[in-house]
Amino acid sequence: MKVDEATVRHIARLARIRVSDAEAKTFEGELTGILQWVEQLDEVDTDGVEPMTSVVETEMKKRTDEVTDGGYAGDIIKNAPERADNFFVVPKVVE
Amino acid sequence: MADATPADLISGATGDWETVIGLEVHAQVVSKSKLFSGAATAFGAEPNSQVSLVDAAMPGMLPVINAECIAQAVRTGLGLKAQINLESVFDRKNYFYPDLPQGYQISQFSRPIVGEGEVVVDLEDGGSVTVGIERLHLEQDAGKSLHDQHPDFSYVDLNRSGVALMEIVSKPDIRSADQAKAYVTKLRSILRYLGTCDGNMEQGSLRADVNVSVRKPRGELGTRCEIKNVNSIRTIGLAVDYEARRQIDIIEDGGAIHQETRLFDPDTGATRAMRSKEEARDYRYFPDPDLLPLVLTQDYVDDLAAHLPELPDRKHARFMADYSLAAYDADVLVADKEAADFFEAVAGGLDAKAAANWVINEVMGRINKEGMAFSDIPVSAEANKAILQMTADGTISGKIAKDVLDIAWKEGGDPRAIVEQRGLEQVSDSGEIEKVVDEIIAANPKQVEQVKGKPKTLGWFVGQVMQATGGKANPKSVNQILRKKLEL
Repeated sequence: MKVDEATVRHIARLARIRVSDAEAKTFEGELTGILQWVEQLDEVDTDGVEPMTSVVETEMKKRTDEVTDGGYAGDIIKNAPERADNFFVVPKVVE
Repeated sequence: MADATPADLISGATGDWETVIGLEVHAQVVSKSKLFSGAATAFGAEPNSQVSLVDAAMPGMLPVINAECIAQAVRTGLGLKAQINLESVFDRKNYFYPDLPQGYQISQFSRPIVGEGEVVVDLEDGGSVTVGIERLHLEQDAGKSLHDQHPDFSYVDLNRSGVALMEIVSKPDIRSADQAKAYVTKLRSILRYLGTCDGNMEQGSLRADVNVSVRKPRGELGTRCEIKNVNSIRTIGLAVDYEARRQIDIIEDGGAIHQETRLFDPDTGATRAMRSKEEARDYRYFPDPDLLPLVLTQDYVDDLAAHLPELPDRKHARFMADYSLAAYDADVLVADKEAADFFEAVAGGLDAKAAANWVINEVMGRINKEGMAFSDIPVSAEANKAILQMTADGTISGKIAKDVLDIAWKEGGDPRAIVEQRGLEQVSDSGEIEKVVDEIIAANPKQVEQVKGKPKTLGWFVGQVMQATGGKANPKSVNQILRKKLEL
């Protein structure tokens, strides 16, 4: 699969990563290379094989419905660059 | 897919148009703790006080699913007569927003927990329409952004982050704003009966994304627009009507509809495009590697099915069969589970029709007038039953019954004690009534003359007698005695 520059820019925008024109060109080649390397797996016939979801045969763990966590707003916002009254403060996002 | 009835069509310059509507309803699951963490879900807590490190997406944290949320989703699926999928998968839906700390929402994409079902929607004209359910899946709610705290900044509270939601997706079977409103009303009623969502739209426990397109009757489907986050039943109707008209006007002016996400502004009554959502629609779903597939057994599902409460449709049928209620009375009572329960507590052993009238007109009338919740009712079902028993056995008149309810409502107290202490017992003793009747006849010769020619004016005499006895006279006895004395 060939990744073109428009795709690089689209992915970058979705991931909120700013890329320069020169970088976009570089990533075009790098991403194409990575995908082509992974594409070698297409040679294996996986028809009728269930996707493996875990290395060991096991069931998903479940919790009982109890409140066991929370109550430390100070810790939650401790690393926030901006905060006020235990809220995170971010640039205005409103439509 | 159903066709619109002629009444549902909208007329445009080029003829009639049909509106095609599908709804995605987000219903907050009733549970003590969140879908994947042990933080609390209660509404209205201090900012960020109900947030675990999982909900804040701290590095290295792993989600562990809440068994009750799974049960609630299955119960809801059963209530919607839907296919329960014994194996479902959680996926990551990737997008950036300040109130989504993970950078993705854990949701279910290609393999939801619940598949196709249906809801029978009762319409105001007495008819009904069946709306297909496409699917129901479990997902995490995002946090909450507050935009009115500061001119330049938004404030983010993650208390809601990670709370379990059920997204219930309808098929595009809805044909008018009224049908859309009736569908959400019925869905909310089912969720409340099941106890799986409190349905409180003011607090955001239930909100809808509305997909609207228009077409010529039975023509090809048009391009749809999605109106996001509509949060009241009334607004759903307004948004559908506005959006359908907007699309018809564009098409009739030679334009084309572009698929887009829009917002409904309750202040202007209009929808407008949400620019930011367009490119972000590429969500790059993939199975969440932190979570194994969710596998249920048929025994587990059967056990939940066996313990499902009675749902509105079945209760409606039972009220009509067991209590001989009219369809309309059953509708009114069943729409609200608490009203239905209250009615049953009152009605046992009494005339059911009288009990239904009493609950609908007197009890629900007072509740609606005061805008209170059924749970806050000041006069218990037992007390209401006592009032009706006293009416049925002739202890008090129908009019006095309402007075007794008023007194108990405002001042509290046991209705039987109220009647006894205030001497409100009905006077059926004909001697006493006869005395009053004689006085009134003697004092009003003109009316006596009139009633001979116009027997309908007897009502005036009844009113006088009731007034003279403080409403305590037995109306039946009053009528009999009046007729006898006036020789009617």
